[in-house]
Amino acid sequence: MLEIKNLHVSIGDRKILDGLTLTVHDGEVAAIMGPNGTGKSTLSYVVSGREGYDVTQGEVLLNGENILGLPPHERAAKGVFLAFQYPVEIPGVATMTFLKAALNAQRRARGEEELQTPDFMKRVNDAAAKLGVVKDMLRRPLNCGFSGGEKKRMEILQMALLEPLLCILDETDSGLDIDALRVVSEGVNALRAKNRGFLVITHYQRLLDYIKPDTVHVMARGRILRSGGPELALELESSGYKDYIGEAA
Amino acid sequence: MSDIATSAVADLKTAFDAMKDSGAHALRQRAWDAFARKGLPNRRVEAWHYTDLRAALRVVAPPRAAGPATPTLERGRESCRFVVLDGVFRPDLSDVSALPYGVSALSLREALARGDADILAALAGDAEDPALALNAALMQDGAVLRVSPGCVLERPLEFANFVSGGAAQSVYTRSLAILGAGARATLLENYTPLERSGAQENHALVMVLGDGAKLDHVATIAPQSADAVHVVSLLATLGENSALNSFCLVEGGGLLRRQIFATLKGANADVSFDGASLLRGRDHADTTLLVRHESPGGKSREFFRHIVDESATGVFQGKVSVAPLAQKTDGSMQSKTLLLSDGASMNNKPELEIFADDVVCGHGATCGQLDADQLFYLEARGVPKPEAEALLMEGFANEALARVKDEATRDALAARVAAWLRARETLR
Repeated sequence: MLEIKNLHVSIGDRKILDGLTLTVHDGEVAAIMGPNGTGKSTLSYVVSGREGYDVTQGEVLLNGENILGLPPHERAAKGVFLAFQYPVEIPGVATMTFLKAALNAQRRARGEEELQTPDFMKRVNDAAAKLGVVKDMLRRPLNCGFSGGEKKRMEILQMALLEPLLCILDETDSGLDIDALRVVSEGVNALRAKNRGFLVITHYQRLLDYIKPDTVHVMARGRILRSGGPELALELESSGYKDYIGEAA
Repeated sequence: MSDIATSAVADLKTAFDAMKDSGAHALRQRAWDAFARKGLPNRRVEAWHYTDLRAALRVVAPPRAAGPATPTLERGRESCRFVVLDGVFRPDLSDVSALPYGVSALSLREALARGDADILAALAGDAEDPALALNAALMQDGAVLRVSPGCVLERPLEFANFVSGGAAQSVYTRSLAILGAGARATLLENYTPLERSGAQENHALVMVLGDGAKLDHVATIAPQSADAVHVVSLLATLGENSALNSFCLVEGGGLLRRQIFATLKGANADVSFDGASLLRGRDHADTTLLVRHESPGGKSREFFRHIVDESATGVFQGKVSVAPLAQKTDGSMQSKTLLLSDGASMNNKPELEIFADDVVCGHGATCGQLDADQLFYLEARGVPKPEAEALLMEGFANEALARVKDEATRDALAARVAAWLRARETLR
């Protein structure tokens, strides 16, 4: 599914990722945990194609194809989805207009027929009902006036509609109360599938109580320092990241 | 005055002398004198600092000759329409035979010939501006509407101004809408060239809202050719508890000055002036407004969105003035601009002048480019960059359009914005 090989990334003179290597298999939920400032968000941006990062070395392969040269929208059409830590508010753009533009742009890019309005509406309404997204939210401009929990639910709604192959969840738990965390996690769990991989980025073990990972990777100083099973997350929760930050760079 | 300016004023004087006998002599003469004292405004006149009308009108075009007999005119939303073509009110092209109950209509010529004191007083307006004074001195024709007190109109009224193509000529129109106490209406005001031409147009619309009257006003100014010079003025006077909700879509073309002079005479009057302007090429569009709160409890809102591309120039000057009597005034003004190219420029000048001590007034003006975070968000969802940019620009303009209450009108405006954006894609 996703293979990241020896990835080196800088912003200007500052090195952020320093030879990061990571594999996520089909159907796998991989958690990345690590302290602040270790490049977790950079990793999610580089995989999804944001401008402003210099990739000096390495590859990011999606089902064997190096996607690093592709613009973000082409990566999205190939199945990369980033659930943002801070979903952006876009005043003046109706949520439904945005959803339809995104869905149909991806379908066009894949050579599929565009969805007509009735079919589109049905898909949105079905997905919205499952995630407790009320009609009023769909009528508003994208993410405007939404609470933190509503914004994250909207991210998961988009994930459900766009049916990506690789879902990157960047600190999806930030800003969520327990109830919202449960709803969002259930939404994610419902999307787990044999041909879909997840990269779940988080500071805390708490999210992983709800979204059970298959593998856990500890990231610090721009690379993966240790990998293991779910038990590794529990160990980190009690011991913290001090063993990892302590190492000389 | 320089020789050039003197010759322009001399040409205007010739036009004025030819108009002298077309009714309302005293009104015209007063207006001409007011104009002649100042001449055409240039950059040294503060209210015209960003728009040099004197330079734009170095050569004054002769007044427009009669328009074509049977033109094909576009028709938008269903309305009761009053057509002014090439500065002449055309009953044959207007819906005068089936006026809604409670509405009376006259051409400006007829109204001036009849000389009713209240109509003349309303037409004279109450604003010191040389371009507006010139309009009153040279007004050729227009429509004069009166809505009886208490009358609630379902069907919108429309002032439709058309100018045909051909050699550059000048057009001066002045129209009036008087709403009696408690009347409610929608008024559309559209400026459409039959062909783009370098016309010099100076239009004024005067609105008088009686106590408790409510008016929704939607104006559109369609694009003109690059050498066109347009001044479009709106004068509004509001009675007690009256409400005016006004929107204008400007699509650029040549030099455009849109100016609003609003006076909240009665207590608790409520106005909103909103708009979107779309500028490209070497378009120059200036929106200048003055809202005067003269009584207590008034509320005013101004909300503008400007999209400026290529080498175009936008201007927004908004002044809210609160008289000592006008306690509890609530005013808020916002003007935001999206600059799409390095050559595009915007001049924002919001101003508050407050002489009362118990008021809430604020203003904000920003200029910026497309937001990188918003752009990446859309791209990351699969929307290609040009489409994402168009979506953001449309959204930006939609924030202003959202303030138009009628859905069908809003959709029609949105379609024009979308067409403008599509043209941008094709131009690239």
